[in-house]
Amino acid sequence: MSAYLVRRFLLLLLTLVGMSIVIFVMLRLVPGNIADIMFDSAGFVDPAEKAALEVELGLNLPIPEQYWNWIKGLMVGDLGYSYVSEKPAIDEIGPRIPITAKLAGMSLFFSILFGLPLGVISAVRQNTALDYVLRLFSLSGLSLPSFWLALLILMACVSYLGEIPIYTDKPETLGEELALYLLPSAAVGFRASALIMRLTRSSMLEVLRQDYIRTAKAKGASDNTINYVHALKNAVLPVTTIIGIEAAFLIGGLIITETVFNIPGVAHFLVEAILMRDYPIVQSLVMFIAVIVVVINFIVDMMYAVLDPRIKYAD
Amino acid sequence: MATLDHKKALDRAGANIDGWWDNAVHLARRYPLGAIGAMMVVVFVLAAVFADVISPHSPLTTNADRSLAPPDLSMLFGADVMGRDMLSRILHGARISLAVGIGSTVLGGLIGVSVGLMSGYLMGWVDLLTQRVIDIMQALPLLVMALVMAAALGPSLENTIIAISIPLVPQVARVVRSNTLSLREMPFVEAARAGGMSEWRVAVRHVLPNTMAPLIVLGTAQLGSAILTEASLSFLGLGVPEPYPSWGRMLSESAAEYVRVAPWLVIFPGLAISAAVFGTNLMGDALRDILDPRERS
Repeated sequence: MSAYLVRRFLLLLLTLVGMSIVIFVMLRLVPGNIADIMFDSAGFVDPAEKAALEVELGLNLPIPEQYWNWIKGLMVGDLGYSYVSEKPAIDEIGPRIPITAKLAGMSLFFSILFGLPLGVISAVRQNTALDYVLRLFSLSGLSLPSFWLALLILMACVSYLGEIPIYTDKPETLGEELALYLLPSAAVGFRASALIMRLTRSSMLEVLRQDYIRTAKAKGASDNTINYVHALKNAVLPVTTIIGIEAAFLIGGLIITETVFNIPGVAHFLVEAILMRDYPIVQSLVMFIAVIVVVINFIVDMMYAVLDPRIKYAD
Repeated sequence: MATLDHKKALDRAGANIDGWWDNAVHLARRYPLGAIGAMMVVVFVLAAVFADVISPHSPLTTNADRSLAPPDLSMLFGADVMGRDMLSRILHGARISLAVGIGSTVLGGLIGVSVGLMSGYLMGWVDLLTQRVIDIMQALPLLVMALVMAAALGPSLENTIIAISIPLVPQVARVVRSNTLSLREMPFVEAARAGGMSEWRVAVRHVLPNTMAPLIVLGTAQLGSAILTEASLSFLGLGVPEPYPSWGRMLSESAAEYVRVAPWLVIFPGLAISAAVFGTNLMGDALRDILDPRERS
């Protein structure tokens, strides 16, 4: 196990290094450099100013050196400098992390709360009318654009409450804070629950066909005991493996939802930075997101061995 | 390898199936949800193709008198703030959606097939390197990657297609590679090679056709997410630029401002996106059941 852990960890580091190269290259595929783009959009023409900016951004250095400088900065927590707010990026991103983390946590909670039981019910009642309805429900979760869902929620708030819930920095009580995050995370969670539900259903169907389930039935266990005690325990295992994919999915949903609800989280900041063409920040933020996804995948991998005693990682 | 011969099975069962129409009817009975999905996709495609003919108004002509006019007989879906007919704009928006959806799915598919074939065929360090890069690309959320690509390339129809196609490549490459690896060990491929067929021809004539079924299934699923991603990019202001009427941009233009006064500006474009993606997904699920029996639930 420990040797496996070390190997897996080295692979994680390798992935992250590769990731940084991919991101770095992706942002340099564009014809012209970042200074060109910043100048185009700002409408400046003075070549001296542009040259000064190139020096400031380090664009006059050879590409490998630029890359090395970026990585060196990342290592010590220097994510770059925001040209929009004229503050170090870490000061901009830092306070936003808890906001997005809370949203993501609640969204994940909602997606499991709905996805898991509905997936089980859908599998247990396979090919009944209920199964069809639930499958349509989950498919619609994957088909409705999250920004539309968010807008519909806003519209419902307008017509029933007469007002749009507006984000405030300092909610007075815990209840108020929960209420603030409730609608956006429900919107993200609904979409994400569809993914969990589909996977739970197919995983559950697979388990229900196994011999030990028949044995349980033969010894007279009730349907509920079989479905929720015997089958679910094993059916849930593959579901945990997609938490990594789920994390990527959640981030996609958060980008949109934070924008619609105007919540000042990390995902919203990424969109703002992209729209403002603040490339040094975009580069670091995308790397940040990549690190989170890769680390979550690593943790899930490790957890899997703990959850499933049948799995022994060979040393 | 996964083509089901419905005809043979039906003949044996004594059914009188003749011609493609009977076949279609049979498939529709067997997979009612898939048939509904296929129908929605057909409507979507027809709307895109005949947008010019069936639109009651021009999607671009503004009319100050009709600004934010609610739905009525002359404008069934109402009008936007510039007095443009929403129905006509949504019909024309289907064009953009379909163009970007199919464009990026096909482009991503072509790149993915080439990368996958190369990776599975050459093996060795090429394969290792490709696999690592694909692993890395898959760790980035689709939307994040498309956002960055779209921002780097700049807003235009072609660039939107490219930006969405790149994140679709890894999945296709994966499927093609794993199929290539198992197919190249098959006796019929060995026979072809023994008969003097070049590696290139083996790949194109034998390996690729046998990978079509999972590719079609994957392509349909990707078409849905490509349409959704285009709408999201346009919603965030990084997709297809004016004057093309894109569904996503229609929503962002109307979003917060007119939610109170003109809900039709929010409801109809969103319904259009949802229906297009929902239909594609329904069809994709049925196609998976038909073409890929291993995945059948």
